Amino acid sequence: MKTRLDRGYYWFLIPGFLLFIIFVVLPFIANIYLSFTRWSGVGVPQFIGLKNYLRAIDDFNFWLSLKNNVVIILVLTTIPTVISLFLAVFLFQYVAVKVGKTTANIFKAGFYLPQIIPVAIIGVIWKWIFQPNWGALNVILEKIKLGNLAQNWLGDPNYALGAVLLVMVWFQIGYPLVIFISALQRIDPQIYESARVDGAKGLRMFFSITLPLISPEFYVVVLTTIIYSLKIFGPIFALTRGGPGNATTVASYFSYKNFFEFSNVGYGATMSTIISLIILLITVVYIKLQNFESTEGE
Amino acid sequence: MSMERAEIQSLKMPMQMVPERKSKEAWVKTGYIGLLTLFLLIFLIPVVLIIINSFKDEAEFYARGVLSLPLKPSLDIFREVWQLVEFDVKLYNSLLISTAVALLGLLISVLNAFAIGIGKIKWGKFILAFFVFAMVIPHEALAYPLYYMMKMIGLYDTKLAVILILSVLQSAYGTYLLSSVFRTFPASIIEAAKIDGCNKWQILMIVVALNKPALSLLLVFYFIWTFNEFFLPLIFLVSNANQTIPLAVTLFQGQYTGYATMQSACSLLGILPCIVFFFLFQRTLTQGLVAGGLKG
Repeated sequence: MKTRLDRGYYWFLIPGFLLFIIFVVLPFIANIYLSFTRWSGVGVPQFIGLKNYLRAIDDFNFWLSLKNNVVIILVLTTIPTVISLFLAVFLFQYVAVKVGKTTANIFKAGFYLPQIIPVAIIGVIWKWIFQPNWGALNVILEKIKLGNLAQNWLGDPNYALGAVLLVMVWFQIGYPLVIFISALQRIDPQIYESARVDGAKGLRMFFSITLPLISPEFYVVVLTTIIYSLKIFGPIFALTRGGPGNATTVASYFSYKNFFEFSNVGYGATMSTIISLIILLITVVYIKLQNFESTEGE
Repeated sequence: MSMERAEIQSLKMPMQMVPERKSKEAWVKTGYIGLLTLFLLIFLIPVVLIIINSFKDEAEFYARGVLSLPLKPSLDIFREVWQLVEFDVKLYNSLLISTAVALLGLLISVLNAFAIGIGKIKWGKFILAFFVFAMVIPHEALAYPLYYMMKMIGLYDTKLAVILILSVLQSAYGTYLLSSVFRTFPASIIEAAKIDGCNKWQILMIVVALNKPALSLLLVFYFIWTFNEFFLPLIFLVSNANQTIPLAVTLFQGQYTGYATMQSACSLLGILPCIVFFFLFQRTLTQGLVAGGLKG
């Protein structure tokens, strides 16, 4: 059956493959090369070996950026996931059954709304809310007699990262929510029926049926959220520009500043190379784990 | 907002009309729904505040605060912001870039996936791994070389630069997704087409025609993702005439720090197109399609 005809399929891959080489592979290799150079962006990059990497080891701001990314990962993979898992089960197994599908869908859409707003504009809106003098958060705290809790949320290094995290959690919830709801729709209701016959109740059913059955979606949510957290840029730019000081700086912003503000291209490339390698490592481990699980299941 | 309230109201109505028959379960139900509604309302406060404050002038805002409803709702602020931002230009740029990326990205994805999923070419899995790489790679690891390249070939600060880069980057996701969709395409249809003398382009057309739902889903995703994109437009679109909406809204806030209602009106203008898309594409967007990652 393998005839000459079938080889013709390669032609269809050529445009995509070439574009991919030009816009992804070559820039990525160039970026790795730049991480071994000192370069202001003008003239010829000067090769300096591992100096940028050695400099990074002793650079407080370099580690602070990575630490902030890790904090964002820890918060975004847990809080929104738990809240939305609870919401998804409640919406799908209670509201949709007892009240109606339309109501459940309206709630779903409501919680999903932040997800459709460009994340930079999310930052703009919340910066407006965090404004220390007339911003809504402090005004509301004043109104409910908690005025002494009012803060310069984004201007105070003690609160800035927390404020950013609050915004990110608010933005994130809708994403795992829709994924978990579609996962729940996939589960055969008969499984619940027979469990009920066997005398299983709410929580028990949740932990021994629902949770194991939606675990594929769970993994995907965690993986995509980790990658998203490592790439995060727009909200930081809009909310704090990494400030105050460097309190909310993250890896991508660190690179951005070195590229375009400090004309320190090699050092910016060092950070972005390291982040890329971390992301690739996580992705590879994830794919291995997933393949392992699926072969085990067969 | 009003739609949600109306919906919940209409659900409560019949129960309230027959209070004596209200069982314990019905009370519990009302309680749960009430709590959930309250939670959603608190959740959406930021959006509500942006809406009500966009219809006030600055004087009223500073006199009556951020929580009051507008006394004389007016569109003046919008007109002012619209002109300051040149919103029509930004809207045009955003729509043009998003549409172009959606179409070009889809074209690339379909061609790639046709070779991998239908052609089942050798090394297909290996090539797919490369596309996964493009999916997860952080943009800052490509940004500077791309910036330099675009400056060299004279495409820096053009919409075309952003369109090309984003089409390629986003097509990686579509390649991955469509390859697994096409892989399950019935071989009998392709065999039949071959027997009828179809060449590969004709077979491609058949595959496209029979996979319209998956393709339109990709179009929607590409469009929205591009519309919301921030990092690459920030780097490549420096001149006012080329900027997109998220960029313009963010830069506006930095410029007009003391103007509370102008800021909110600007954000609202920025959100409005997204809300329109949301209603147009709600089904698709909330389907919760997982990054094709469910099938290895």
